[in-house]
Amino acid sequence: MSQQRKAVALISGGLDSLLAAKLLLDQGIHVEGINFYTGFCVEGHTHAIRKKDKAKPKRNNALWSAEQLGIKLHIIDIIEEYKDVLINPKHGYGANMNPCLDCKIFMVSKAKQWMEENGFDFIITGEVMGQRPMSQRKDLLPVVVRESGADDRLLRPLCAKNLAATLPEREGWVDREKLKDFSGRNRKPQMALAAEFGFEDYATPAGGCCFLTDKNYSDKLVDLWQARNKKEYELDDIMLLKVGRHLRPAPHYKLIVSREEGENKFLKGYKKQFSSIELTSHNGPLTLVDGKLSDEDFKMASRIAARFSQGRDADMVTVKITGPEGNEKTIEVPPMPASEIKQEWYI
Amino acid sequence: MSHYTLDARNSLCPMPVIKTQNKIAELQPGDLLEVVCTDPGALNDIPAWCRINGHRVKETSEKGDEVAIVIEINAG
Repeated sequence: MSQQRKAVALISGGLDSLLAAKLLLDQGIHVEGINFYTGFCVEGHTHAIRKKDKAKPKRNNALWSAEQLGIKLHIIDIIEEYKDVLINPKHGYGANMNPCLDCKIFMVSKAKQWMEENGFDFIITGEVMGQRPMSQRKDLLPVVVRESGADDRLLRPLCAKNLAATLPEREGWVDREKLKDFSGRNRKPQMALAAEFGFEDYATPAGGCCFLTDKNYSDKLVDLWQARNKKEYELDDIMLLKVGRHLRPAPHYKLIVSREEGENKFLKGYKKQFSSIELTSHNGPLTLVDGKLSDEDFKMASRIAARFSQGRDADMVTVKITGPEGNEKTIEVPPMPASEIKQEWYI
Repeated sequence: MSHYTLDARNSLCPMPVIKTQNKIAELQPGDLLEVVCTDPGALNDIPAWCRINGHRVKETSEKGDEVAIVIEINAG
């Protein structure tokens, strides 16, 4: 009896990785999934934070995919290691701050490490030749193979027939004829295959699964680095970029103004790290203050915060300013008129 | 059999799942792990992770802004 071969599948939660793993499972390969968490994954965060999204079902699509496939899923925290990928991408950024090619190389190299540590034979991904402009271009697929060190143990079941045979195909662990020859941006072949397998309700995230492909998010990240004069971040920094209105009225400070109750609650968790502004005379948002402010700055910041409160039309409002150590100060300010809020303050 | 508690409050999914996964790797079959979270998404994600990895959710509860999930560790 031949040995059952083992493949580790990169499971993003999208349709392609789901289909790639299913093709291999149907060939009798033992498949386990691996999902990497960079801190920039779209999965569920904003749903968890924003109250307005609470009607939507919350689910982690990578876990959902694994459950559909009946395979184990290992979720790996790569937040620290990923910083170097984002800050110093050898192959540069895409349209925004997305280092897609470096990211793919890094994830495949991590999967290779996992494969070796766990006695698996090869790696599979849901890549489709020509589907994405940066990481899945025909001329760049070999770069991932080479620079990740995965070499011919990296199999792309959805486009394998367009590529040279890999070790699992040459050794007969996998029947190449049962793999696919998908290419390009047309999603119809994948949708047809999903229907053939009976997969419904799979994730179709607009803009992909990473916040770094989003222009607004990338702008906020660049602003953070410019304000600090260095390209570095912690997990809390990048979580806060996903929440609230961000305004920079002056180079030395930024305001994060919550937009609704869910964000208010989330931002409250950061009151021991930042100064905060809350209205006591009217209902209004919680505003976090990032930077070192003078009394005059706090007065201006309070006027801006009041602009987004129910006291926006009042002559004066009362605000409570709380420092990270819990020290409180109360001041009265006139809310800033909309005409004085400069568009360039919005990040 | 031992009973453990994991504080995963103030972290957003998938961090509570990752913390649960890493803690369970240190435990023995039959042990119980109670995970306390503030992200309500954990009520879906942690049971899903347990189902696909062979562990049993014995109980889930919500109290105020916190959710608690009690897991019985299996061999996996």
